[in-house]
Amino acid sequence: MRESFAFPLPAGLQAHHAGLKSDTFIEIDHVTFGYDERRVILKDLSLRFLRGKVTSVLGGSGCGKTTLLRLIGGVHRVDKGRVVFDGEVIDVHDRDQLYRLRRRLGMLFQFGALFTDLTVFDNVAFPLREMSDLSEPMIRDIVLMKLNAVGLRGAASLKISEVSGGMARRVALARAIALDPELIMYDEPFAGLDLISMGVAAKLIRTLNDVTGATSLVISHDVPECMAISDWVVLLATGGRLVAQGTPAELMASTDPEVRQFVRGEPDGPVKFHYPAPAIADDFGVGAR
Amino acid sequence: MNVFAALGARALAVFRGWGHAALFFVDLLRALLPALRRFGLVVTQIHAIGNRSLVIILASGLAVGFVLALQLYNTLITFGAAESLGLVVNLSLVRELGPVVTTLLFAGRAGTSLTAEIGLMKAGEQIAALELMAIDPRQRVLAPRFIAGIISMPLLAILFSAIGILGAWVVAVGLIGIDAGNFWAIQQNGVDVWRDVGNGVIKSAVFGVICTAVALYQGYETEATPEGVAYATTRTVVISSLGVLGMDFILTALMFSTGR
Repeated sequence: MRESFAFPLPAGLQAHHAGLKSDTFIEIDHVTFGYDERRVILKDLSLRFLRGKVTSVLGGSGCGKTTLLRLIGGVHRVDKGRVVFDGEVIDVHDRDQLYRLRRRLGMLFQFGALFTDLTVFDNVAFPLREMSDLSEPMIRDIVLMKLNAVGLRGAASLKISEVSGGMARRVALARAIALDPELIMYDEPFAGLDLISMGVAAKLIRTLNDVTGATSLVISHDVPECMAISDWVVLLATGGRLVAQGTPAELMASTDPEVRQFVRGEPDGPVKFHYPAPAIADDFGVGAR
Repeated sequence: MNVFAALGARALAVFRGWGHAALFFVDLLRALLPALRRFGLVVTQIHAIGNRSLVIILASGLAVGFVLALQLYNTLITFGAAESLGLVVNLSLVRELGPVVTTLLFAGRAGTSLTAEIGLMKAGEQIAALELMAIDPRQRVLAPRFIAGIISMPLLAILFSAIGILGAWVVAVGLIGIDAGNFWAIQQNGVDVWRDVGNGVIKSAVFGVICTAVALYQGYETEATPEGVAYATTRTVVISSLGVLGMDFILTALMFSTGR
């Protein structure tokens, strides 16, 4: 049985949360989106992400999980519907609004998106230097604290080219949380991590969420880790179709064949492993006449 | 009918591309003032794209000076005007060859480097990361490089012309035997600082705008794949070279068409 990482909110944050208008921090309201007319990634999807909770969005490759994060970040304009960020409908043409909202979020990218010309330290310090007026000694202390949290304080002076893929993801994680954002979006935070780092990263996501009162969105394929740290889990299928959502316990106990197949990683079930294709006999010309 | 539809679609795509490029350029201009406030970033880029282009610019300038002196001497001698070799070399370099050849070399050396760098930043999601950190990549990444290109180009063109004139001096005085005093004096009398050197500097600054803007646009709008970046770097060289040659004709007509 996995360890539970529930921590009580500090008194100040509890009072802060009690005064807030809505429990919904992010609302995806009947959103349809495609990168072009032929490729619809999300179709009429509606979701709510609750304030102060860890929500994991699970689903197979290409089901639109990363796209969902990009829409919340205002990187793309939705074709239909709306994305609401703490009560404000995101308008990608309103750059002032967009940048104001983005200052409240941090994102861990799927491939890190680290600046390869900077050191580990400078990568984590980057948002602090760009977005705050903190003094350099203060930035140094914050950066070393964040790096310590991901176990890389000793690697601060290394260049990005000198760290492994797993270490780079931990650096990216430290950078994403550098400014203690209200909303932290993690795109595949466990990919490429060894078991120890994965456990530490999962615990860190949960702890950060509980200590700072942030809202966390985790996009992942890693069912056990997500089930262990999440308050709410959303399961998507190809085309952004919502398969199921609920607490981890509810999803684990679900009798729905699609949910069962995904959470148990079964090869046979409603979700096909193969991309739609002609019959093998047709492609290889070996069919019976 | 399908042919007309295809032509129409193609024309629309071309105009859409031009409109997109124009909007990008306007955004770039808007980002200049905030970028100038952080001049340290500009200095870093001047070092990256200007200073690191010095070797190829100086070597090419010297070679052009050598060849220009030899070629022009052979022509001028037939008209008994060999003494004016220094003046003709000087005017050729500061008015025309300096700005144009420097830009073509700059497009190949620094332009492609800018396109590849920005394109790879896009492919590596670094541009998206900046956007999501609420940092405008136009201000933080593009504008400092744009300003650096505009500052570097005239300086490189001046250095190209200067080293070219020195190269011509080596050939004319050292090899051919033209009087050194005459070589310099005729230039001093015949070259107007504002009309000749000044217009050459203005030309190279305009070429700097074209070349750097094209390089940044190609990098920023590239398809985020290895093939996309490869095509974008090629387009940078082709488009900026053709653009500069076209603009050179227009500027030359405006600056020097009234004769002396």
